[in-house]
Amino acid sequence: MSMDITEFYQTFFEEAEELLNEMEHLLLDIDIDEPDSEQLNAIFRAAHSIKGGAGTFGFTVLQETTHIFENLLDRARHHELTLDREIIDIFLETKDMLTDQLNAYRNQEEPDPEAFERICNTLKRIAEERVEGGAPKVAAPKPTAQPEAGAASANGADRVLTLTLTKIEEDEKDTLTEELALFGAIKHSEFSEGTLTVSIETQEPIDDIEAVLCFVLDAGQISIKETSGTEVGEPAQPAPAPAPVAEQPSSSAAQPAAKKPEDDKKATAKPAAPKKPAKAGNGSDASLRVSTEKVDQIINLVGELVITQSMLEQTTQGLDPVAYGQLLNGMTQLQRNARDLQEAVMSVRMMPMDYVFNRFPRLVRDLAGKLGKEIELVTVGKSTELDKGLIERIIDPLTHLVRNCLDHGIELPDKREAAGKHRVGKLTLSAQHQGGNILIEVSDDGAGLNREKILSKAQSSGIQISDTMSDEDVWQLIFAPGFSTADEITDVSGRGVGMDVVKRNIQQMGGHVDILSQAGKGSTTRIVLPLTLAILDGMSVKVGDEVFILPLGAIMESIQVKTDEINKVAGQDQVIYVRGEYLPLVELHKVFNVPSAQTDVTQGIVMIVQSEGRHCALLVDQLIGQHQVVVKNLETNYRKVPGISAATIMGDGSVALILDVPALQRISRDRRGESSRSSATVH
Amino acid sequence: MTDQQHDVEGNEFLIFRIGEEEYGIDILKVQEIRGYDGVTRIANAPEFIKGVTNLRGVIVPILDLRIKFAVGEAQYNQQTVVIVLNIGHRVVGVVVDGVSDVLTLSPEQIKDSPDFGTALSSEFIMGLGSIEDRMLILMDIEKMMSSTEMALVDEVAA
Repeated sequence: MSMDITEFYQTFFEEAEELLNEMEHLLLDIDIDEPDSEQLNAIFRAAHSIKGGAGTFGFTVLQETTHIFENLLDRARHHELTLDREIIDIFLETKDMLTDQLNAYRNQEEPDPEAFERICNTLKRIAEERVEGGAPKVAAPKPTAQPEAGAASANGADRVLTLTLTKIEEDEKDTLTEELALFGAIKHSEFSEGTLTVSIETQEPIDDIEAVLCFVLDAGQISIKETSGTEVGEPAQPAPAPAPVAEQPSSSAAQPAAKKPEDDKKATAKPAAPKKPAKAGNGSDASLRVSTEKVDQIINLVGELVITQSMLEQTTQGLDPVAYGQLLNGMTQLQRNARDLQEAVMSVRMMPMDYVFNRFPRLVRDLAGKLGKEIELVTVGKSTELDKGLIERIIDPLTHLVRNCLDHGIELPDKREAAGKHRVGKLTLSAQHQGGNILIEVSDDGAGLNREKILSKAQSSGIQISDTMSDEDVWQLIFAPGFSTADEITDVSGRGVGMDVVKRNIQQMGGHVDILSQAGKGSTTRIVLPLTLAILDGMSVKVGDEVFILPLGAIMESIQVKTDEINKVAGQDQVIYVRGEYLPLVELHKVFNVPSAQTDVTQGIVMIVQSEGRHCALLVDQLIGQHQVVVKNLETNYRKVPGISAATIMGDGSVALILDVPALQRISRDRRGESSRSSATVH
Repeated sequence: MTDQQHDVEGNEFLIFRIGEEEYGIDILKVQEIRGYDGVTRIANAPEFIKGVTNLRGVIVPILDLRIKFAVGEAQYNQQTVVIVLNIGHRVVGVVVDGVSDVLTLSPEQIKDSPDFGTALSSEFIMGLGSIEDRMLILMDIEKMMSSTEMALVDEVAA
């Protein structure tokens, strides 16, 4: 039996993907004028680890690309390559290419050879054109101490390394030896009592070998020593330095002066270096990859447990506390534990908004470049947590909103200056908790929405408008299907297939969107979403013999109305006058055809509910109580029911339906629309 | 028809009664048989959809075939039986008058069905089974439950 190396593929893919993402963030973060050497080191390390892994698994294209990339990065971190925007762009492109290659390997395909060649050439070109003569650098006192990774691989000299690997299984030994043979010629190999000692003649840097072995073994199992004075025949060791190819010796004379301050900076930055790896080590130990399916299963089971618990609670409620004291105590404890457990399990599904926000710096950078705008992206509240299911579904709408802001919202730099604003536009993404909701805002300090333009566009697309519409109503018009005020269609946005989709997506998630805008000052799109879709705080209400759950977030108040507060419109529809406002009355027993329900409005209870910024009144028979309910999808086995968003299981095991407040409002509006039309034809 | 006969070769059928009639469905579609209780009505659904119930944490729609086929009297008591079916990825419960047995029918015992009236369209009938002097109506329950007629799935999806 030998170790199956394919088992490690998945680990490699996942790790490499993470490293690439990290690399992208670091690249975006880098201050071109004063690059932080710690950041450069981190990018270099990421590329280096990917290269190591790619080598082990025989992903040659990936390995070669990262190799060239790594060399450049190595120069950059040794200040032999001065970074500028173009180089960062190319680095980012390289990162994309690496992602493509990784995906190709993941799908067991060969990466696109043309793309590979192109990127290699680009990188090589940079290496030739931009790398400053490294000579003074190399002469620096350091290199003797330890051959640098990039330098050593450029240097052709082989040396002999002695690897001691402990705690190795007998059957692993051959595979490991074979793997090691890929690095160079094996001079000697010995296995005894779980320890494999291999002498290998190689020009690969120690770091590389270690990185590769780390995919298979723990760092503690590996020890690598350089055996000096071997038959390699050259006293090569102190010499690897001259390597870093000094293609442009002419420039070297000009450089040292410019490089001085950077060297100083490097020196001060060095002590901080050991911190990073330690942190990364902790991170990998402290988290665990679990499939969402498993988590969802646990959440479901815990949901069941909570239901069972409340079922038991109801059964034990009538018992005599004296005779059954112990049982009742146990029940209280069970209740607390069950709730805690549920909360803890739910929190597993919660992810920080950072997951969404961190994909925008790149998008903003690319788009801003394409549009010729200067934009600064500010993100606030990255650590705000949101259910995984929601977080994945919010990405598309948010991306759309950000594109809109960039394309339509923020003006070109010259125009901004003319308007007395800073050339650099500011795009802010923020997230914060607000009660049981999360509030996500996308705001820009651009031109704001243009009321006249929207109105005239609406008119020409046949939407009913009036000049007296409030600003809020006008802004809502842009959510109409096919609406776009862009003068010309660009490939960024302006096709008008967006805002309506954004709104629909958000409504499907149980949230809503508002727009605030001020001409010349900018606009803000505000998305309000429930924190999770799995649990809901609700009020159970009775209509006839039926129990419905009303989401607590929608309830404003519950009142009993007097006869003189009820008014009829068009002879049949009723409106209720509450605190200076006329609210349409939705009689639940009519909507759901409930027999034997209270039909007299003054005898029932009227719940004032709000959603999507509108208020309305719901007539119910009575209130039962407040519960935290586990939301169960009705559509899993049945179909969508108008006016109902989902179902839940009550303490007694029965099913109760959860009311869909926005849908109820729509239903009642439609009914009113129908009745007013029919009454119009009568007259 | 030969295709369908091939399909049902050596198949086991769960036999249930609705009124005086005996029906058979593929036993592999049956998840369990349970009593009828705690059904929550769904507003504005067809009359034969009794509502939804809690089957160990899963919300399952219950429909009454007696009302759908307009046979027998739809009474609900301790003896009322619900057959829980597993169709595709959906779980659906159907109310019947009683479950009698599980029979294995060979292709020779299954005859073509003549065209029926409106209550049960013949496209949902795989054939008529005959054992001794009993006549069994063999239903293609999967086809029937996924049809728009049963109103179990959204029209768009269907």
